[in-house]
Amino acid sequence: MALVARGLAVARGGVPLLEGVGFALEAGQALVLRGPNGCGKTTLLRVMAGLQPALAGEVTAPPDAIAYAAHADGIKATLSVTENLRFWSDIYGSGGVDAALERMNLRALAGRAAQNLSAGQKRRLGLARLLVTGRPIWVLDEPTVSLDADSVALFGEVMRAHLAGGGMALMATHIDLGLPEALVLDLRPFKARLPEPGSGGFDEAFL
Amino acid sequence: MASIWEYANPLKFMRTTDWLLPVVAWLAVVVTAVGLIWGFFFTPDDFRQGSTVKIIFLHVPSALMAINAWIMMLVASLIWLVRRHHVSALAAKAAAPVGLVMTLIGLITGAVWGQPMWGTWWAWDPRLTSFLILFLFYLGYLALWGAIDDPDTAADLTAVLCLVGSVFALLSRYAAFFWSQGLHQGASLSLAPGTRVDWAYKAPLYISMTGFGLIFLALVLAGTRTEIRARRMKALAARERMA
Amino acid sequence: MRALLIRDLRLALRAGGGFGLGLAFFLILAVLVPLGVGPEPGTLALIAPGVLWVGALLACLLSLDRIFALDFEDGSLDLLATAPVPLEAVVAVKALAHWITTGLPLVLVSPVLGLLLFLPAEAYGWLILSLLLGTPALSVIGGFGAALTVGLKRGGLLLSLLVLPLYIPTLVFGAEVVSRGAQGLSVGTPLALLAGITMGAAAILPFAAALVLRINLR
Repeated sequence: MALVARGLAVARGGVPLLEGVGFALEAGQALVLRGPNGCGKTTLLRVMAGLQPALAGEVTAPPDAIAYAAHADGIKATLSVTENLRFWSDIYGSGGVDAALERMNLRALAGRAAQNLSAGQKRRLGLARLLVTGRPIWVLDEPTVSLDADSVALFGEVMRAHLAGGGMALMATHIDLGLPEALVLDLRPFKARLPEPGSGGFDEAFL
Repeated sequence: MASIWEYANPLKFMRTTDWLLPVVAWLAVVVTAVGLIWGFFFTPDDFRQGSTVKIIFLHVPSALMAINAWIMMLVASLIWLVRRHHVSALAAKAAAPVGLVMTLIGLITGAVWGQPMWGTWWAWDPRLTSFLILFLFYLGYLALWGAIDDPDTAADLTAVLCLVGSVFALLSRYAAFFWSQGLHQGASLSLAPGTRVDWAYKAPLYISMTGFGLIFLALVLAGTRTEIRARRMKALAARERMA
Repeated sequence: MRALLIRDLRLALRAGGGFGLGLAFFLILAVLVPLGVGPEPGTLALIAPGVLWVGALLACLLSLDRIFALDFEDGSLDLLATAPVPLEAVVAVKALAHWITTGLPLVLVSPVLGLLLFLPAEAYGWLILSLLLGTPALSVIGGFGAALTVGLKRGGLLLSLLVLPLYIPTLVFGAEVVSRGAQGLSVGTPLALLAGITMGAAAILPFAAALVLRINLR
């Protein structure tokens, strides 16, 4: 099992951001994407998650293996923590939510409505969703935003256990998760160049 | 033999319409002028309707183009969805306001004609109602174009709306005919005996229809050129931001 | 899929879910119309089928933008689109949830409002039946409209402009069933057409809606 990207080019709003991005992830490996704001990390992750098409190149992944977590956690304010998680575990057809609650330290908050959680607690709930999906490849966009130091360490442990169990992770993050073994890919060299004027592309007049 | 799809290339389209647009535009002016002047001044008054009948030379061509514009948008939307030619999506966008105005002209001339004939400006007649509904569909389509920033997203969404809207517009037309039997005469050019229009009217009417078709074509070509230039400007601005 | 239905129903029923707003609107409309038109029973009975159908239509419209907008804002829609459920089914289930929380209550209270508008006794059965057959189409068509406008900041007004013309056939045939029923005429044709539109819309529009949702998400 492997997650492979070859010659990926991605665009946001019709403007090419990255081109020629390639990497391969084996079971147990994590890859951290780095690059300045706006360089296309989020767009690349959305392409990997299958939410938008790539301009060029291809992604090879095992079927039904990717779990995606974006900036927004998709938490419903009026549902309780358990209800929020149980919904996703039903959708993914995985087992119960107890283990996930336990591992993200949400046990004490289980019955509380999500609107009464702090930002960091909400983030933990969002990350607990990854555990109930039961999927091996995590595609994460800034997973540690608004987490305190303890929670970052907690998530680091969860991540390490996930990798040790043969999982994979592809993430964009600026914070060190305490994963020295993680591979790092700097996206700056892959910045898309504009096509030369007059190169005769079919829809050249538009770009 | 060059493929017709070559004209879907914006550059090729611009180069071709550089000379084609003036030709079509002048042709449209001449043909419409001939049709309308002949129709207004050189046809006999109708024995029942008097000279009011002459508004037919505006009413029928505009109503025809109102429907044809939507059909053209439908075809262009399909081409965009299937073959992803930008010019096609932009042509659909350019056709919409023309179709909207044609619908409006059809409705207004209809009201002006209906007042002396039926004694009322408006009637909830199936034909009139269908046209009013078509007007609403044009409004919605244009509003959706205007509301979305990203041009490709806007093209995709409006194309799907055009497809779905066409189905519902047809259903609405059927519903309107089901709902009310009308005052409106049958299609003026139908072959049904009794309502047939004499050749003295038919000839200038056909010329007017051709003229309106040419006006539509000229406006759509001009509109598409404007849209292509707008896209080009957007692309250049984006290029500048990136550099 | 059942999980999604249950979640949507739960969200609608809990505080802030907006459940009952459409119903209240429907009621207010049925009170306002006699106040505007006058208390003459004959007049009200004549316009009752149309008023009730237009009211149902507008009440449905009120809550349409909630079908996808909330899930879009909090990121659930992205997560649902990457989840192992077809987006077409997500759309269909969400339209169903919208119908259960909006359309079905309208059907249930419509006889009471018919009473306020002096709807002839023969028409009650047809009123309930036509609303029962027609309101699912309102939810499905509305779901398509909501999917079209989901990414827009102020999509609400645009949504009405897009969706109301699409409601015309349903409105015409639905109201026709009731008014023919009130006059004791045969209602077979409009009823069949109404059911046909609902089934056609339910069969095809979820695909169109899923298509435009994917476009809006990318």
